[in-house]
Amino acid sequence: MSTDTFSHLSQAADERPDKITVKDLSFHYGDFQALTDINVGISSKAVTAFIGPSGCGKSTFLRCFNRMNDLIPGTRVDGLVTLDDQDIYAPGVDPVDLRRRVGMIFQQPNPFPMSIYDNVAYGPRLHGVKRKAELDEIVERSLERANLWKEVKDILGRNGLSLSGGQQQRLCIARVLAVEPEVMLMDEPCSAIDPTSVQKIEDLMAELTDRITIIIVTHNMQQAARVSEYTAFFLQEVAGEPAVLVEFDRTTNIFTSPKDRRTEDYITGRFG
Amino acid sequence: MNKSVTNIIALSILWLAAGITVVVLFAVISYVFVNGISQISPAFIFTWPHGVNAEGGVWPTIVSTMYVTVLAMLIVAPIAVLAAVYLAEYAVQGRLVGMIRFAADSLASVPSIVMGLFGLALFVEAAGLRFSMLSAALALSFLMLPIVMRATEEAIRAVPKYIRWGSYGLGATKWQTVSRIVIPAAMPRIITGIILATGRAVGETAVVIYTMGQAINLPITPLDSGRPMTVHLYVLAMEGINLPAAYGTALLLMVLILGFNLGARYFLRRASKRM
Ligand SMILES: Nc1ncnc2c1ncn2[C@@H]1O[C@H](COP(=O)(O)OP(=O)(O)O)[C@@H](O)[C@H]1O
Ligand SMILES: [Mg+2]
Repeated sequence: MSTDTFSHLSQAADERPDKITVKDLSFHYGDFQALTDINVGISSKAVTAFIGPSGCGKSTFLRCFNRMNDLIPGTRVDGLVTLDDQDIYAPGVDPVDLRRRVGMIFQQPNPFPMSIYDNVAYGPRLHGVKRKAELDEIVERSLERANLWKEVKDILGRNGLSLSGGQQQRLCIARVLAVEPEVMLMDEPCSAIDPTSVQKIEDLMAELTDRITIIIVTHNMQQAARVSEYTAFFLQEVAGEPAVLVEFDRTTNIFTSPKDRRTEDYITGRFG
Repeated sequence: MNKSVTNIIALSILWLAAGITVVVLFAVISYVFVNGISQISPAFIFTWPHGVNAEGGVWPTIVSTMYVTVLAMLIVAPIAVLAAVYLAEYAVQGRLVGMIRFAADSLASVPSIVMGLFGLALFVEAAGLRFSMLSAALALSFLMLPIVMRATEEAIRAVPKYIRWGSYGLGATKWQTVSRIVIPAAMPRIITGIILATGRAVGETAVVIYTMGQAINLPITPLDSGRPMTVHLYVLAMEGINLPAAYGTALLLMVLILGFNLGARYFLRRASKRM
């Protein structure tokens, strides 16, 4: 990407409103505080990458956006998280509705033990879509968007678990896309799959940003540099102490001229 | 002692233990087979016993056994599965749930003759169900309940967390996740548990002798009495009435139970393939 194209993008991106904002967030697992004092805005219809050494709370933070942490007993979130300026932890908010708007892809591909078709149709069916024709259409469109349609269009009745790991991950992406989420959270989606599928997933992410906001946690800094427009670097400096958001900026800035010494050390491979 | 010698000794002991197990199993099966096979014929299976020496067949006892087993299964399966789903998915894990689990395990280790006595007091007499298929099925269900419950609980716990999370992540409620993902995924193992418990019920003697009676009778309604195969076998053998027929009955019983266990294996294999 030439500098020119980039500055053009940069301008456009800066005009985009934030889809998600986080103010003074801290997070506890029981007595252990995992995150402290996080402030960040996630741009709408862009890819934001979370990087940092393992165990620094990237997954934990990601799960704050769809309240998946609610499922882990003893956890506590303080601070403010908004989606389209609405506090998602406000008393009236149903996490079940929220998760429909904010989908999630996990590190381990986790198709349900049912057919490929039923995997993708699962979400729409939950939310009341019954007509076969409509489901067919959703399934096809979602698999297309997930770059998987060509490979599975003749085997839709086969068990999702019979696919390769990379195909399973794309099936999970299709499953999320089928409920038309506004945000897609991806927690190291490519760390357990083959390179061809990684390529396909990176491609589809680029295609999806015309309609949805993506946050991806990745261990792979080249991947962060390739796919994201913004990057947040997290670090837990002292074991047992909470992690902090060290630096958040445009991805090019993070990788070419980081402001914080610790970011520079990390991306140049000095620790982590 | 040098290492390789220790190794050889250890290996021989393990071999011996395994060998004894196989020999004992083989001896029992072949003994019953050799003594019973000459008895087995369509007439033996499908006709009634008659005369003081119980000549003829064992048909009503087969029907009684199948009747009571199916009835017990119908009683146990829904209760045990729902209870297990509640314990595994909904109950706040703590002292109370621990106690329920302990109670279920204890129930499983109550000697079956005690359970028979209990069935006699509660169902046959207090509830006025007399000697009947229903009394026996209810008493058997006490025996089967903990087996099915534990199997179901373990099956549910074996469904990986990340599969549930996939469902929650799509905006599914807890009940939607449990009913559409967790239970179907656990189903093969649940069925295995039910089959194993049923196999146990088929072979049970002490409980049924107290609750079903001994009358040779073809049960039609659940309130009819009857004589299951195990009791028939017991009576024939203990009173020395007709030893060959006893072996024939024993062989049929073993085949039936073997069938149940093979069925359980089949489902378990399907389960491990799917997960
Ligand atoms: N369910 C949990 N219960 C308690 N502590 C947890 C749990 N999940 C993660 N943690 C802890 O929180 C910290 C952050 O973990 P995580 O968010 O998984 O980091 P990352 O995704 O960056 O590797 C780690 O110290 C981890 O041990
Ligand atoms: Mg993680």
